[in-house]
Amino acid sequence: MSKSPALTILKENVWTNNPIFVQILGICSTLAVTNNMRNTFIMTMGVLLTTGFSSFTISAIKSLIPRKVRMIVQVLIISFYVIIIDILLRAYLPEVSRQLGPYVGLIITNCIIMGRAEGFAQANKPLISFWDGITSGIGYMLVLMALAVIREWLGFGSLFGLRIMPEGFTPWTIMIMAPSAFFLVALLLWFARNLQTAPAKTAGSPPPTGAQPAPGPAPAQAAPKKEQA
Amino acid sequence: MTPLINPAILFFASIFTSNILLSNFLGMCSFISISKDWKSSFGLGLAVTFVLTITAAVSWVVLHFVIAPLGLEYLSFIVFIIVIAAVVQILEMIIDRASPALYMSLGIFLPLITVNCAILGAILFMQIRNYNFIQSVLFAAGSGIGWWLAILLLAAIRERIDKNPVPAGLKGAGITLITIGFMAMAFIGFSGMIAVQ
Repeated sequence: MSKSPALTILKENVWTNNPIFVQILGICSTLAVTNNMRNTFIMTMGVLLTTGFSSFTISAIKSLIPRKVRMIVQVLIISFYVIIIDILLRAYLPEVSRQLGPYVGLIITNCIIMGRAEGFAQANKPLISFWDGITSGIGYMLVLMALAVIREWLGFGSLFGLRIMPEGFTPWTIMIMAPSAFFLVALLLWFARNLQTAPAKTAGSPPPTGAQPAPGPAPAQAAPKKEQA
Repeated sequence: MTPLINPAILFFASIFTSNILLSNFLGMCSFISISKDWKSSFGLGLAVTFVLTITAAVSWVVLHFVIAPLGLEYLSFIVFIIVIAAVVQILEMIIDRASPALYMSLGIFLPLITVNCAILGAILFMQIRNYNFIQSVLFAAGSGIGWWLAILLLAAIRERIDKNPVPAGLKGAGITLITIGFMAMAFIGFSGMIAVQ
């Protein structure tokens, strides 16, 4: 079980301790743009890069920051990277930058970035902190992209702006609007929690309730998990 | 160009039709964790409304009299964050001095607010939509009250849900998100009343 720490961190951040499923953190800044796959990809990419680089920087200079003002220093480091991303977007993708509007700036207040800075980068070496930030960003990106696929597919009948549904398809207006995002996050959360708890249930003592659905998904889930670990 | 919207209409629109939480998803993190408890929800909502109104006014002044004349628009994110942090810090000190009772109920939430997306989000909307001073302040106050209303409603609903059987995987955050989804649908019903944006 004791593989290299990098792999453990990857699995931890993408699946077992995914920032969205386990901690429900950081969805504020990106949920609003998940009805469009391209915008979601660019936003989550921004979060991924900011988390990685700010964790790296904070870890590198952690001994220089006085403890009392470390929160504000962290926020300033994060805003520095977000400003760079904002400028890059404005220069190379002005159309996307206009559509995203204020949400690029809101990456600063994304709780995942602060969470990783406080929870991991404060106590670890720069390179591994960078990796931790990047993998957290990947876990975040995968969940929100899954959400965006469903919302854009049913809401516009397209994926990445390419029409894939036939002419007669009636778009689901609700998928474009805000409530669908809440419902879909909840459903994804439900799905992920069931997958995560199913193997544990069969391994431990049989629980009084929920014994019926456990045998179904459990073997299918146990097999790929063994390969990963 | 300042949009020609009656500030009073903007105020009501930001509470109901374009609620900052239910239609723009801002301020979700503390929303889900705090709404377990009605009393804390009330305190946090009050703090958000208070801080949001004051920071929006200060940010508007800073934006139009410092950032714009000096051509520092690219630094505006950092400036806004500093303004928010400073206002929160000053408020904390003033409330501590002026009213210890209020500090007890509000104080613990103030540090949380610096990184609440709703505050920065409303200020960035204000900047992008070019509101004038009165519009900005009323928009911010409306957004804060809208957030407050949403968290109070959710906290009240969650107290009821606690007693009901919920599938194991949906307990806690899952069922809360579904509840928020229904609240968002209900608030969409208001959008026929006022048309802004």
